[in-house]
Amino acid sequence: MSSTARESAPLPSPKTKPTNVLIVGVGGQGVIMMSKIVARICQLHDLQIKQSEVHGMAKRGGSVYSHVRFGEEVWAPTIPVGEADVLLALEWAEGLRWLPYLHPERGTLIADTKRIVPPFACVDRRRGAGLQYPETDAVEIVEHVANRFALDAKGIALDLGNERVANTLLLGILSTVLDFPADEWETVLAEFVPPKTLETNKRALRAGRDWVAQADAAAAEDAVPALARKKKTPAAALQRRDSRLEIIDAWCKGCDICVKTCPELCLTLNEKEVVELTDADACTGCRVCEWLCPDFAIAVKIDKPESVD
Amino acid sequence: MSSSAIDFELTNEKPKGEIRPLTGNEAIARGAWEAGVCVASAYPGTPSTEILETLATYPVEDVHAQWSPNEKVALDVAIGASHSGVRAFTALKHVGVNVAADALLAQSYMGVNGGLVLAVCDDPGIYSSQTEQDTRLYAKLAVVPVLEPCDAQEALLFTKLAFELSEAFDTPIIVRSTMRLSHTRVPVEMGAREERSPNEIKVEPGRNVLLPSTARRQRPAVLDRERRFEEYFSASPLTRRESSDSDVGVVTVGTAYTYVKEVLPDVNILKVASSFPLARDVVQDFCASVDRLFVVEELEPVIEMELRTMGFAPGGKEFFSRAGELSPEIVREGFVQAGVLEPRPKGPALDFEPVVRPPVLCAGCPHMGSYYPLRTGHVRVAGDIGCYTLAALKPLQAMDTCVAMGSSIGNAVGMAKSGTETKPIVATIGDSTFLHGGIPGLMDAVYNKANITVLLLDNKTVAMTGGQDHPGTGRTLRGEQTHQVEYEALCRALGVQWVRTVDSYDMAAIHQVMREAMEYDGVAVVISDRPCVLDPVKIKGPPFEVVAQACTGCQACMNLSCPAITWTDEIIDGHHKVQIDEQQCMGCSLCLQLCPTDAIRLCKTETSA
Repeated sequence: MSSTARESAPLPSPKTKPTNVLIVGVGGQGVIMMSKIVARICQLHDLQIKQSEVHGMAKRGGSVYSHVRFGEEVWAPTIPVGEADVLLALEWAEGLRWLPYLHPERGTLIADTKRIVPPFACVDRRRGAGLQYPETDAVEIVEHVANRFALDAKGIALDLGNERVANTLLLGILSTVLDFPADEWETVLAEFVPPKTLETNKRALRAGRDWVAQADAAAAEDAVPALARKKKTPAAALQRRDSRLEIIDAWCKGCDICVKTCPELCLTLNEKEVVELTDADACTGCRVCEWLCPDFAIAVKIDKPESVD
Repeated sequence: MSSSAIDFELTNEKPKGEIRPLTGNEAIARGAWEAGVCVASAYPGTPSTEILETLATYPVEDVHAQWSPNEKVALDVAIGASHSGVRAFTALKHVGVNVAADALLAQSYMGVNGGLVLAVCDDPGIYSSQTEQDTRLYAKLAVVPVLEPCDAQEALLFTKLAFELSEAFDTPIIVRSTMRLSHTRVPVEMGAREERSPNEIKVEPGRNVLLPSTARRQRPAVLDRERRFEEYFSASPLTRRESSDSDVGVVTVGTAYTYVKEVLPDVNILKVASSFPLARDVVQDFCASVDRLFVVEELEPVIEMELRTMGFAPGGKEFFSRAGELSPEIVREGFVQAGVLEPRPKGPALDFEPVVRPPVLCAGCPHMGSYYPLRTGHVRVAGDIGCYTLAALKPLQAMDTCVAMGSSIGNAVGMAKSGTETKPIVATIGDSTFLHGGIPGLMDAVYNKANITVLLLDNKTVAMTGGQDHPGTGRTLRGEQTHQVEYEALCRALGVQWVRTVDSYDMAAIHQVMREAMEYDGVAVVISDRPCVLDPVKIKGPPFEVVAQACTGCQACMNLSCPAITWTDEIIDGHHKVQIDEQQCMGCSLCLQLCPTDAIRLCKTETSA
């Protein structure tokens, strides 16, 4: 029933709170499709549902989220902070971003450890700069969430023969958390996936459920599924080193090639039509100017590395 | 008029129609179709775009649905259809109303023949717009009633009802949605289409030709219409009082109502269906009957100001911000501030740095090639609205200004005439934006002999809103073939002497052509020509790869802002080497053209896909 059809005068008696499932990921991962599947199952049970998503900019590789709320009575279209019963993350960093939405006592985190590194994580070009992507490991978030499932869904899906069924695998895990009969998930899945992939998808759904059963059996209270921790770049390789630009004024004929091609836009021609480093902080010492100068007028000097810790 | 017939739909409780999950936008389209709409026209704009796209899925015999080049033309088309006696409709985003406002304010004086409804989607929180503005203020300005549904079911009913009210009260009607409502899916009960014969065409120049004398005569009737709506809303069950024994009373409207129900289910609530005109009598009674009065409304204090003129002092915008989208948290926090609710214990603090993930241009986007020559900082770039506005961000950083749809060319003319600029001035504008509002600007540039270059980014679609057609694509909303605007000929007809077309994927050619264009004294137009990689078809050619041994980590390729290019773990000389994600790479070759060490080549390894 929608809120409009309800009669006005007496307020409805307080009913059980809605169940909140927050599905998050990166544009193109299938967040909206997954929330439609969950909504469809709720509809079979005549529950009220609100599913709120964001369009527009999200398509261009940005964060995508979908709030799915269902129950006897649902008011707000979005899940209040700290009230998500399930946070289903198709990408690791997106899971971290939305963690404050998870209910601290009863919330369940289901996260694919897949990492989609955005171009913005690589903007610092200076020598020794690191990737701006959270190094947070599954182990580190244990204390923040009540229940959690962190897994390499893509890897498991590859073992099943198609990496595209990773989302279905995650749905399989979700199906163990929500209170709907297992066979309904398979029925609804059939409405959404292409017929020829149905069998693989069903296997992925079961694999998700099996994975939970195994994780339950193997793991004690606070155990976390083992994760291949991302190899960190050795400290020595990432050491910061300054570079200097040496320009031989007499050899520069002001052809502008280095100015136009400098990736960091830190060169300009001065009033004497000679190239000059005008933004020394921006220079990364990449040597493009040195290589492209037809007159060998620029040289990049890198300082000796400081002693390594 | 009799309001009983109109209210029947809303009070009849028995479910009779099919129930289907619909977004607010789909429900608005359904409501218009059920109301028997015959002509619908719009220009795409998030969050309203899907309304016309959905209407175009209904039978062509039922409704003529079309894209227009801008919101003003779209409303003009709807107005014309209304004059001809059929029900007419347009859907637009809040800033679209700025464009269409001229026609809206005038039409308000004339009323309607066939019902005329505008569905306007506001964007509180500015998810994908240039401003945050409240269309209810336009409703007041135009003296046009605004209906504000709280969910998709109401969106369907209110849209349907809007056509009835439009004809009964002789006025255009605005149905106001917001991003949240437009993009929230709920199960909606649907009805059948009302088959209606057109109203008789009325030849009434005394009413429909808005001369000063006509307008002066009509103005009192328009104001009286406002009063009649106040009475109608007071008597209608659309204005709903939910009583409790609490001493707190909340007047609320639209989506804000659902937030109030979420956080304060047990107070007195007056849910109005319209902030303008307000159901004054009912509101008066309600406000007088409670001890502590609040107004919860999104964006501007429209109802709050009205209550203040009526002599009440509600808690409003000091608790529920005027800026940004409301949410259950914000409404809760407001009631905590007001002392109505107890503060909640704070959850555990999380100290993770979330990764920045703003929207980016797609892998292989032709805009990368078009903007690369402009990123040198030796040019002043007046930008415009579209995906390409993302070129203002790192690492391209090739845009100085971006104001409103089609503003770039006029802005560039002003820069050129200022006498203060030392760099060449370039206006960059997308194909659809150019047709929307750029043509008069280009005419101005030629007419006033401005020395500017116009870079027309022709990707042959309205990409930003998801790939809609426009007069430059040669296809209509319903997919029919039609005439395609020829930009070169159009520019020449406006008087542009210097026009060149260049391949957006030919880096050297773009550099060279832009150089020549900027050296040309007068208006030069460069058409950068490549289709959008996503729409209407996803383009995927053979991908490229990086030869790791040859990569020197200069990262010059990364300045394209292509999301397929990221760092590897391999470090050379303190810099990360780069890699290309072959799933994302569509083979545009722009990075290959930039690489100073020829480290990029066609993929030799088998693709795993």
